[in-house]
Amino acid sequence: MKRAFLALALMLATPAAAVLPDEMLPDAAQEARARAISKDLRCVVCQNQSIDDSDAPLARDLRLLVREQIAKGKSDADVRDYVVQRYGNFVLLKPPVEGDTLLLWAGPFAILLLGAAGLIAWQRRAPVATPDSAPLSEAERAELDRLAGPHN
Amino acid sequence: MKRLLFILPIIAFAGLAAFLGFGLTQDPKELPSQLIDRPLPEFALPGIEDGGGPGFASASFKGEPRLLNIWASWCAACPQEHPVLTQIAREGFPVYGIAWKDKPQDSREWLARYGNPYAAVAADQQGRTAIDLGVTGVPETFIVDKKGRVRFKQIGPISPEVWEGQIKPLMQQLRAEA
Repeated sequence: MKRAFLALALMLATPAAAVLPDEMLPDAAQEARARAISKDLRCVVCQNQSIDDSDAPLARDLRLLVREQIAKGKSDADVRDYVVQRYGNFVLLKPPVEGDTLLLWAGPFAILLLGAAGLIAWQRRAPVATPDSAPLSEAERAELDRLAGPHN
Repeated sequence: MKRLLFILPIIAFAGLAAFLGFGLTQDPKELPSQLIDRPLPEFALPGIEDGGGPGFASASFKGEPRLLNIWASWCAACPQEHPVLTQIAREGFPVYGIAWKDKPQDSREWLARYGNPYAAVAADQQGRTAIDLGVTGVPETFIVDKKGRVRFKQIGPISPEVWEGQIKPLMQQLRAEA
């Protein structure tokens, strides 16, 4: 019972966000939008965290900035653009599909296709002809019988 | 032909290893600036004297090329960069300083201790101007040309080598520009 409870508690645990109560917007819907945007924005100080996760002071500044823009009535895309204009596509944890990110997005599929093409080519190769596919001679059959032992 | 097929995976592996190996030599902290060849974002900041006092504004960055240095009294690498900035100022290139997320009193004490190489110092206590500039840490230095456009960004302290080899030639080139 205790164990089951512990397991349940572990499953319910979620990573703590860095958002402090004093940063939050009074409007719950706006706050939810801010959270969603913050989760997609990279903290430029501790680079593999989103600003929603990061305790870095600059991440806090950016969270406040995101909320300020939302409070001003900007759309989600506008807010993202605002940050991208300043820090570049790098701040987006999910980079957009563009000319210079094409390799990033299409690369794995290209390699997969290349591998599949190679496999198909290999499979389609003419089967290797066996040098001697003539039926067994009488002597070979007798030898085989001898090796296999007496039949039942 | 068959032998080539056997060697191919090895070649592919070597290529991938070289590509990834090159990636390891890159510093992920050095983000390319979005501001290169674009005008300096607008700002007007107070100074670090008591009660604000005159700082400077982005509009004043016209007429001659300047260095705009972002620093802070709490910044660990700034004392290391300081002698270089002093040298730059002594060579006659104007250096402007923005104290980032720093209490004006701390900024003043820091400058009193190390000496003040700046033509003017402004305080960005909120860090809002720094975000407009795309600053990710201190120190960072922007080179602004005669027309007020950003031409170069140095992330981290300016070493004597970077100054002599990269930034000084650029400043001289910018001075020669119409």
